[in-house]
Amino acid sequence: MNVQEVILHLQDYWAKKDCFIMQPYDVEKGAGTMNPMTFLRSIGPEPWNVAYVEPSRRPSDGRYGENPNRLYQHHQFQVIMKPSPDNIQDLYLESLQALGIKPEEHDIRFVEDNWEDATLNAWGLGWEVWLDGMEITQFTYFQQVGGLDADPVAVELTYGIERLCSYIQDKENVFDLEWQDGFTYGDIFYQPEYEHSMYTFNIADLDMLKQLFITYEKEAGRALEEGLVFPAYDYILKCSHTFNLLEAGGAISVTERTGYIARVRKLARKCASIHYANREKLGFPLLKEAKEDAGS
Amino acid sequence: MTNPFLLEIGVEEMPAKYIDEAREELRAKLEQWLNDHRLSYGQAHAFSTPRRLSVIIEELAEEQENMVEEARGPALSIAKNNEGDWTKAAIGFARGQGVDVSDLVEKETEQGTYVFAQKEKKGQSTANLLSNAVALLTTLTFPKSMRWGSERLRYVRPIRWIAAMYGEAVIPYEVAGVQSGRQIEGHRFLGNTVVLDHVHDYEQGLLREHVLVDPEVRKEAIRDQLNMLEEEKDWSIEKDEDLLEEVNNLVEYPTVLNGTFDERFLTLPADVLITTMREHQRYFAVRDNEQNILPFFVTVRNGDHRHLENVQKGNEKVLRARLSDAVFFYQEDQRRSLEHFLEKLDHIVEHESIGSLGDKRKRTAGIARKLALRAGFHEQEVSDGTRAAHLLKFDQSSHMVDEFPELQGIMGADYALKLGEKETVASAIKEHYLPRFNGDDLPSSDVSALVSMADKWDTIVTSFAIGLKPTGSQDPYGLRRQAAAIVQMVDHYDFPVSFEEMLSVVIQEVEEAGFSVNVSEVFTDVSDFFSLRLKALLSERGIAYDVINAVLFKPYGRLDTLLERAVFLQDMYDSSEMKEVAEALGRVNNIAKKVDAPNVSAPEPEVFEKDEETKLYHHYEELKEDFSDLLEKKEITKAWEKLVALVPVIHHYFDCIMVMSDNSRLRENRLNQMAHLSMELNRFARFQELVL
Repeated sequence: MNVQEVILHLQDYWAKKDCFIMQPYDVEKGAGTMNPMTFLRSIGPEPWNVAYVEPSRRPSDGRYGENPNRLYQHHQFQVIMKPSPDNIQDLYLESLQALGIKPEEHDIRFVEDNWEDATLNAWGLGWEVWLDGMEITQFTYFQQVGGLDADPVAVELTYGIERLCSYIQDKENVFDLEWQDGFTYGDIFYQPEYEHSMYTFNIADLDMLKQLFITYEKEAGRALEEGLVFPAYDYILKCSHTFNLLEAGGAISVTERTGYIARVRKLARKCASIHYANREKLGFPLLKEAKEDAGS
Repeated sequence: MTNPFLLEIGVEEMPAKYIDEAREELRAKLEQWLNDHRLSYGQAHAFSTPRRLSVIIEELAEEQENMVEEARGPALSIAKNNEGDWTKAAIGFARGQGVDVSDLVEKETEQGTYVFAQKEKKGQSTANLLSNAVALLTTLTFPKSMRWGSERLRYVRPIRWIAAMYGEAVIPYEVAGVQSGRQIEGHRFLGNTVVLDHVHDYEQGLLREHVLVDPEVRKEAIRDQLNMLEEEKDWSIEKDEDLLEEVNNLVEYPTVLNGTFDERFLTLPADVLITTMREHQRYFAVRDNEQNILPFFVTVRNGDHRHLENVQKGNEKVLRARLSDAVFFYQEDQRRSLEHFLEKLDHIVEHESIGSLGDKRKRTAGIARKLALRAGFHEQEVSDGTRAAHLLKFDQSSHMVDEFPELQGIMGADYALKLGEKETVASAIKEHYLPRFNGDDLPSSDVSALVSMADKWDTIVTSFAIGLKPTGSQDPYGLRRQAAAIVQMVDHYDFPVSFEEMLSVVIQEVEEAGFSVNVSEVFTDVSDFFSLRLKALLSERGIAYDVINAVLFKPYGRLDTLLERAVFLQDMYDSSEMKEVAEALGRVNNIAKKVDAPNVSAPEPEVFEKDEETKLYHHYEELKEDFSDLLEKKEITKAWEKLVALVPVIHHYFDCIMVMSDNSRLRENRLNQMAHLSMELNRFARFQELVL
């Protein structure tokens, strides 16, 4: 099964489980969790089921395309279900079957792994899912998002597409994965991997990035003053990515690091509580629809 | 009549490290509940897997035991009149209690004779009470708990089923939307749901569905399979008990399998291989009979023998990627110079207000050197200890430690040797983390111990200097553990520097490093902090409270001799000799208290009026000559004998001499003599503290 078939199968499977199939969000981010379809939508009482692919950027993991496992940008397949269904583990295992992985022919484990994102002031409890010793999915019940208690609780499944595919295709090197029959991952991603690493570690104008961080931070704050959560959140994502670039470029000392994280967290918290208030003002519209569905 | 009772809670996979405690907590709470409710039972068996906690109570009685409740009524003199008839008061009391007045009984109490109403309370039926036992499930405590869906309850992981049965009957109860019943889940992939007809079917029913529910049975199954594999392959498998315990709590149906890795990875140090396999993959390492690491690993699958080759292949692939990373980091690190590592330490923050690891190693080197000189170490030891402290934690800036923090020290020693450092220096770098916990190994040489102590002293004093003191349960930097470690090392290595001298050296070094230190405050605070550690340590060793008070007072002096004296006194505690010595010396100490000790002047022999004074003085002079020396050399018995010899002299003195003489010159001189003698005796103990 090539990479795009894996993605298509997962989309197809989760679409049938009543998830909205969304597209990757168009602002740089370090993880699928930061997509507003997860971060903002997991706040508040409204039900929310969604699945999408997220290309996630981790500048400090850039290796010029030379490392078989580490990438500047990798792909996550993200599923959010709120409230978390009682049979979510079964649903997840069934999704593996949709990829041709029969659990009884492997060793599948749910190994404790707790997740925390300091910049988003979010944390949850759950597992990493092991397939014959390889971590293929992060499975998390959100407990807090943006400093707010998750109520009801959303569950997040994050499949590591490259990991999963390297298992399915039995490849040692991520660049050898078949994206489509006849075309490898390397054909598509080697050059951007090299160039992004080159840029991050050697070319990036760190002073300019520091200025940008301040500019984005200010603009996020201004938008929040007006109660405009979605544009503010875009600038928060930009802050976060800029911070990641600065850190990868070695421009941030350990003491400064704490300060930067605190600044992003402050914005994320504010964003979360204003978003909650905005939805409340609207009467939590998706909650009503869910009730009507249930009533009809 | 009796029946067995089963309580099982099914949850999504629990963290392996919580399971054992949670299982025992459930058992204990159930037993407590049964006892509180006067329910007799046979044995209580507790079971667990990653997905369930359960207890079976054997032979649980069908009814509570009956109980007689008594209510005290009026005094007999009021309850009956002179003719012996019941009074109105008695009749009223009986009515109030719902018993016939003729059934009241008379009983003697401390306050006199009273009448009592006795009511037999009939035991209730167990089946009716048991739902309250099921409710205990929600009272289990976990280090971390969570919420899920729209449920309000916080629990270790979402609850998926509850089985509660008394014999054949279900005990109905609901927790977090889950209704109890007779259904339990088998193995996630190999089993089906088990519907129990009777509690008796529990273990066998689960076994049929590929669940070994008894953790001891499961562990033995793993151990047996490991042993068979060892025999078959002529291997020696490192059966790390903690790892075995963890693995046991990750599986419901264990099958041991093995895999291999490329021999080129054997260039990595054994510790790196073992740690990578254990920490990241929960694999057991394999050695040959000469203890050489072999390119194999052993792991435990949660399942049966079918398709084992898939599992093996997958695990080999993962390990290959991990070890490739490790080789990469190991080689990268070796391209670096010592200066490179040390320079990077300046950028690793130890604590915002304390500074970087670079600052720490400089202070620690200063402390180690000064302590070594005071302790009279040989020149070589002084320079080795200082060198090791100077290189302290340099591996914190290596790729390997960044990736595998648990290899700190181990990598430092490995790299130090490769960079041309001496063996002594390398092992001090490795061992300065010891002892990491109560009962852990101590550093293997006095140079290593010196460096370990210097490191810990620095952490304690810098923390106190910036106001970070442990309070209550708050001790984020583990200062208590580090203080205890220092005491243990001083004790084990007979480190010949007094507590006060060590502390002064460290404070001075910290001050010179630029900390603004309130010297007398830090000195007092750290001393008091150690006093609590010493007390804890002494009582752990079985030393009685009064003995602790007798030896533990400021200045503490050498901690090793302090411990030794405490043990000696404790051993002598019940002897008659001890009683005599304590009595005699206690007399001296008690009188000496009347003098302002620090300002006391020496007794003047020419003022002595009587022979007994002179005689005691000679004994004192003789004692002074080598008493402290004997104690420092830990010749405790010899020192003790000197005290024993003093006893008749002291008694004779008090028989003949009135210390508080009317003659002020005589009185002062006698008090001075007492004070000086007392100071000398206190080197051993404050005998007046002993409660014999």
